[in-house]
Amino acid sequence: VPALDPAFLALPLREAAATGLTAGAEAGASHVDVRVQRLRGQDLSMRDGRLESLHDGVSAGLAVRVVVDGTWGFASSSVVTVEEAARLARQAADVARTARPLNADPVELADEPVHRDQTWLSAYDIDPFEVEPSQKTALLGEWSRRLLGSPDVSHVDVSLEQVLEQTFYADSAGTATTQQRVRMQPRVLATRVDPSGSFESMRTTAPPVGRGWEYLTGTGWDWDDELDQLPERLAEKARARSVEPGRYDLVLDPTNLWLTIHESVGHATELDRALGYEAAYAGTSFATLDRLGTLRYGSPVMHVTGDRTTPHGLSTVGFDHEGVAAQEWDLVRDGVLVGYQLDRRMARQNAQVLGGGRSNGCAYADSHAHVPLQRMPNVSLQPAAGGPSTQELIAGVERGIYVVGDKSWSIDMQRYNFQFTGQRFYEIRAGRLAGQLKDVAYQASTPEFWGSLDAVGGPSTYLLGGAFNCGKGQPGQIAPVSHGCPVALFRDVSVLNTAQEGGR
Amino acid sequence: MSADVVERALALSRADGCVVVAGETGRVDLRWAGNSLTTDGAARDLSVVVISVVDGAVGVRSASSADDLEDLVRASEAAARAGSPAQDAGPLVEGPAAADFGEPAPAVSIDVLDRFARELGASLSGARSDGLRLYGYASHTVSTTWLGSSTGLRLRHSAPTGYVELTAKDDSPGGSSWAGTSTRDWTDVDVPALDAELRRRLSWGRRRVDLPAGRYETLLPPSAVADLMVSTYWHMAGRDAAEGRSPFSRPGGRTRVGERLGPPGLALRGDPHDPELATTPFAVATSSSSMSSVFDNGLPLAATDWVADGQLAALVETRATAHERAVPVTPYVHNLSLDGGGTASTDEMVACTERGLLLTCLWYIREVDPQTLLLTGLTRDGVFLVEEGEVVAAVNNFRFNDSPVDLLGRVTEVGRAERTLPREMSDYFTWVRMPTLRVPDFHMSSVSQAS
Repeated sequence: VPALDPAFLALPLREAAATGLTAGAEAGASHVDVRVQRLRGQDLSMRDGRLESLHDGVSAGLAVRVVVDGTWGFASSSVVTVEEAARLARQAADVARTARPLNADPVELADEPVHRDQTWLSAYDIDPFEVEPSQKTALLGEWSRRLLGSPDVSHVDVSLEQVLEQTFYADSAGTATTQQRVRMQPRVLATRVDPSGSFESMRTTAPPVGRGWEYLTGTGWDWDDELDQLPERLAEKARARSVEPGRYDLVLDPTNLWLTIHESVGHATELDRALGYEAAYAGTSFATLDRLGTLRYGSPVMHVTGDRTTPHGLSTVGFDHEGVAAQEWDLVRDGVLVGYQLDRRMARQNAQVLGGGRSNGCAYADSHAHVPLQRMPNVSLQPAAGGPSTQELIAGVERGIYVVGDKSWSIDMQRYNFQFTGQRFYEIRAGRLAGQLKDVAYQASTPEFWGSLDAVGGPSTYLLGGAFNCGKGQPGQIAPVSHGCPVALFRDVSVLNTAQEGGR
Repeated sequence: MSADVVERALALSRADGCVVVAGETGRVDLRWAGNSLTTDGAARDLSVVVISVVDGAVGVRSASSADDLEDLVRASEAAARAGSPAQDAGPLVEGPAAADFGEPAPAVSIDVLDRFARELGASLSGARSDGLRLYGYASHTVSTTWLGSSTGLRLRHSAPTGYVELTAKDDSPGGSSWAGTSTRDWTDVDVPALDAELRRRLSWGRRRVDLPAGRYETLLPPSAVADLMVSTYWHMAGRDAAEGRSPFSRPGGRTRVGERLGPPGLALRGDPHDPELATTPFAVATSSSSMSSVFDNGLPLAATDWVADGQLAALVETRATAHERAVPVTPYVHNLSLDGGGTASTDEMVACTERGLLLTCLWYIREVDPQTLLLTGLTRDGVFLVEEGEVVAAVNNFRFNDSPVDLLGRVTEVGRAERTLPREMSDYFTWVRMPTLRVPDFHMSSVSQAS
């Protein structure tokens, strides 16, 4: 059973917090929170079966956030000591005073019950940092050689990112939480170089997850099956016919759909974007606050939830970085926008429109060095109880494409116009798969696309996908997040030929 | 962190070879939206990376504290002992001790933004009274690196990097404009001038026309060109090209070096000593990839032409990849300039445009096809219709699908190169100098209704 890392507990967590909270109050702050965050990371990459790099690092630090005269102030440092906590509290108050003349909206925070001395650990079996690197390179090297043994594979790139994250949070209301979670992202890319000079590649579709080393040895994914099939699938893709552009029905596998959900629903229901806080950087959202409860986001079968509670979810926590307990709520129900992702300030500021006044716990900072922002919970499309299998959905399509795996993605500043590609595209003719196509991209505008959602699959097709590196904010922050979804059928979607798009 | 940490770690090392990279970064920042502050901060970050080499195998360990330095060194050695020889194994770089090695990191204070914050405050209140909304971010970072090796290297580099981005929106449909600039010390940041430029561009939106997707003669301004060229640069690993899996590959394990990519006279270049774009003048690599090698740490960097006189002149080569394929060593340099000898400003290029589009910047640029380096992305914060030498209206945004490599070959005019900020890459790649490019047939794949 996993336990809290003693190296984290050895830091002066409570002492630094107590000092920071006191020093902040003495510097005139009406609210103070202190966060100690520690990230243990190990990144491993192999190229054609040989180790390319293995970087093993620890980064830890202390952050103090204050509200002085209605304005945020924030200061952080890599030094985790009682003295530094006092210095940072004073520095944060100085920053707040420098910024005060620019601030027109006094900061007020939504109420949250005090959570005294809470501890939370994510669900995993084997701490990946307890596994010898030689054991990892042996396994990944064996995977590489297995693929390189095929005449259809010229190169194999394997990467493995592993993170152990710990957070201690304490605020002036009395909440104190200690948390630890683990995440893994293994990826295998096979490339086939044709003597003519062209090349084609295919990546595994295994998602990043909040699991330990057991994820690479059979828990949660069938690696042997996926690796065994990769060379033949790659060869078929290289030989495949280039798609004829036009409109097709799309059956999107969860390994592809998760990213479309992330971009077109996940980001669009971030309230800070809807309010314009990201207008100069990550962008805004068409799903503005005045349309809450009325915006027809998609067809009636669309039910999307936000949560920070799903086991093995990458955004799953016990408490957020403002001391708010993890929860689950609806974002889109029966195809209508019904909720947003919130932090404590926005929840309070917009309490009336939101019909609440409590945060749903989406504050997250990716390290001690950064201020918490409203970041994405696990945003998931719910399956239909008793819904169809993938085969049954395909059977209902006359002319379509079944898309598996994610690859290229891009979406506009208001989350309307998007373009996605994938790893594999199977032509559907008269309800049956008819081999792979290549050069496929689908393009749509979000409300039109979700409006074309004809059916979602049953619970047996549901898969938790996700990303390690969702970007937002300035200074830039990354966040890990999962997206569960069933297979789903979208009617009459625009498909492009990427070779023709490039003028060829 | 300090030079002392490097010395102590090197003294503890029992490996065949050892490189220690210590870093200290100080940052202060302000962020605002809808004419009011949203976040701010001051951060001081420390790091120490120990790279041990034992029998050609590498072990890398890093930490944000030097408190357990001996543990860090031993862990790095243990990782090297457990490993097998690295693909890029070779001798460590030898070299002298620099005179400034012992100097500490300069302190960073929010005070550096004082004057800027006052000027910004005036702009925010001006925007409030004129019905405009301002959004943006200002960041000032000082990064100091100390690099030492068991082969005698003692190098230090410290440099400030500041930048500001401003977005202005008005109530006209789609009305949005953007301006950004990099700076070393904030004395050259003229907020009233940036404000005036934003208002000038917003005023172009008083008339608005909707245009469909298609191929358009397009003026890509310096910021847009910067994002496209940085994306291209990041695909310029010589090893990937020789392995047949890059846009710069030729059949049979060869690369496209020597091929024409753009018009005669065009140069794409990195130069750590460029006075306007100065960056770290020696290689720093805490992990190896097709673009970098930990064995190259401390290698002096020099001016490198990636494209010279319109021809692909070099790809990024570490000492290991260069040796393997008998090509010159041309390590990655962290700045980029594109210059075709042009002298026309963007306004002058507008003045001699019969009909075309003028862009402001690009956004959400992603690779679609690695073979051709087909990229997709969006136009952002101002697309303008130019007719008979004048901006006549604002146009809807577009999604583009085009390849920057292809596009260099289609360029019909190269403007005057100027220091700019890549809108999308600014936080990773700040120091660039780019011209406006005229492309006769930039491919707008579909309309985006976003503003």
